[in-house]
Amino acid sequence: MYTTPEGKDIFIVDGHTHFWDGSPENQANIHGKQFIECFYAYHTALSPQEQLWEKAKFEKYSADDLYRDLFIDGPDDVAIVQSTYLLDFYKNGFNTIERNATVAERFPERFIVNGSFDPRDGEKALEYIHYMKETYDIQGVKMYTAEWNGASRGWRLNDPDAYKCFELCDKLGIRNIHVHKGPTIIPLSKDAFDVHDVDYAATDFQNLNWVIEHCGLPRLDDFCWIAVQETNVYGGLAVALPFIHSRPRYFAEMIAELLFWVGEDNILFGSDYAIWTPQWLVEKFWAFELPEDVKQERGVDLTPEIKEKILGLNAARLYGIDIEAKKKALAQSPISIAAE
Amino acid sequence: MTTAKPRSRLEGRVWQALDNVMDPELDEPITELGFVEAVAVSEEGIASVQFRLPTYWCAPNFAFLMAEGIRNEALSVPGVGEVRINLCDHLLAEEMNTGLSQGRGFAEIFGAVSGGGNLEEVRETFERKAFKRRQEVLLRALIAAGSDAKAIATMTLGAFDRLDFADPDARHQKPRYRQLLTKRGLAGRPQDLAFRTFDANPLPQDALDDYLDELRRVRINMEFNGSLCRGLAKTRYKEVDLSRDEPTLIDFMLDRVPPPEPQPDRSAP
Repeated sequence: MYTTPEGKDIFIVDGHTHFWDGSPENQANIHGKQFIECFYAYHTALSPQEQLWEKAKFEKYSADDLYRDLFIDGPDDVAIVQSTYLLDFYKNGFNTIERNATVAERFPERFIVNGSFDPRDGEKALEYIHYMKETYDIQGVKMYTAEWNGASRGWRLNDPDAYKCFELCDKLGIRNIHVHKGPTIIPLSKDAFDVHDVDYAATDFQNLNWVIEHCGLPRLDDFCWIAVQETNVYGGLAVALPFIHSRPRYFAEMIAELLFWVGEDNILFGSDYAIWTPQWLVEKFWAFELPEDVKQERGVDLTPEIKEKILGLNAARLYGIDIEAKKKALAQSPISIAAE
Repeated sequence: MTTAKPRSRLEGRVWQALDNVMDPELDEPITELGFVEAVAVSEEGIASVQFRLPTYWCAPNFAFLMAEGIRNEALSVPGVGEVRINLCDHLLAEEMNTGLSQGRGFAEIFGAVSGGGNLEEVRETFERKAFKRRQEVLLRALIAAGSDAKAIATMTLGAFDRLDFADPDARHQKPRYRQLLTKRGLAGRPQDLAFRTFDANPLPQDALDDYLDELRRVRINMEFNGSLCRGLAKTRYKEVDLSRDEPTLIDFMLDRVPPPEPQPDRSAP
């Protein structure tokens, strides 16, 4: 819960968090080393000075760190923890669903664990979706279209194998498809940043919610154009939000574009923990106001009501979180004190 | 060392030529972005250029376009007969460096590593964005100065050339816009329209605001990427020192540290 300076309680759903192991012991090769180093560069490039971590902690933090940073020192009420396998880079994977599930089990009520699959695995991918639903009752998945797999250097959401997987997701009630359309991860053949495949998939799967993480950056221009045409396309603010500190003017222009094109009901907060921690992001976001000229030019505003939607209400709707019931459950949970 | 002076002058010219190589995604010179780390020209006229991108994962298609630009620009300098490019610490550094040293073309190497990727398509996509970015600055400057949609849409290249912008960004973009305009064959003679869409259509006089909306999206995206890339380039290899704000080894390696202040002579009594 985030309590505003005016004393209002804001329910926070952190739409994008990780519990990874990028330590040298787990790195399988140079790619694993470079991958976590790139994350660390994001962390150091965009965090306020007083929020910086030492590299060793960044590479591998504990479940207690995660819990404390999100829920005790941080304002999150619920966090969606995404799964990212990267088995070609990390011996035990980067943050697999098993690893995420252990932390979710330890801190009940706090985490929503999302799965992941790779449509290029064919039948195995379909089996794996069944397995994740049965074992972890997942409501969502995280997709990496730019991930390597054997000789393949990426895939598209509208590939036939992918459609088979999404049909199954629809059937099993796995409704929230988070798609990494953002920087850093192995963009190779053609233009793996490209967001146009979202357009096809969102049109063909109206029952599914397509959460485009990082808002398609670095293709924000294309993403906005697609999102305006599809009501089931959402933009996740991870990576975009930290600019609120280092480049507030860019952030203002960007969030104004998103409000104009994507809309206030379709934007989701995400810290991308552990790249950034949620406390400072939420504080700055709550305090942030659009400059007058940006408001005028775009005809949008970032009111407290809209901020509240972005910080939690929108994601709660997607994940069926009953906010009042959740507040009660959290109030009764002894763990928030025990982990102190 | 009689060769030292002319050699370094030649190197200076190569550096200057590299100012013309843009990061396709950001439309800014790779020299200003700090991507070029070293330039050396041997007595035989072999230019060696070392460059490094903000991350190991930077899109290889851009890396290839930049490397190709480096080679072409360096070769345009009189006295340079051969160019050797060294891309450092990148996912595809080995493939690119080896491929180039074997005399294979960029398109061939890129096609092989990307499973048939086409550099021309990428080049076209980003030239379109660069065109829009440059044009937007000029259109907004003209509107701010009181021009209406009709005046802008019907302005000739001759009139454009006589414009004198006060806004520094517009001054900067004016020749860059003109260069793309003529390169693309969109205008050339003084009576040609100065402003067209990238697809050679006249600007929509009745819907100029919508057109500007589209250009704005492109600009915001580019600025965002530029800011991100600069931030990442700056922090690459830099470990956080939580105790104090002094330069680390990497700062010295990258020449980011100003020369030390003259120290007082401690040996004096």
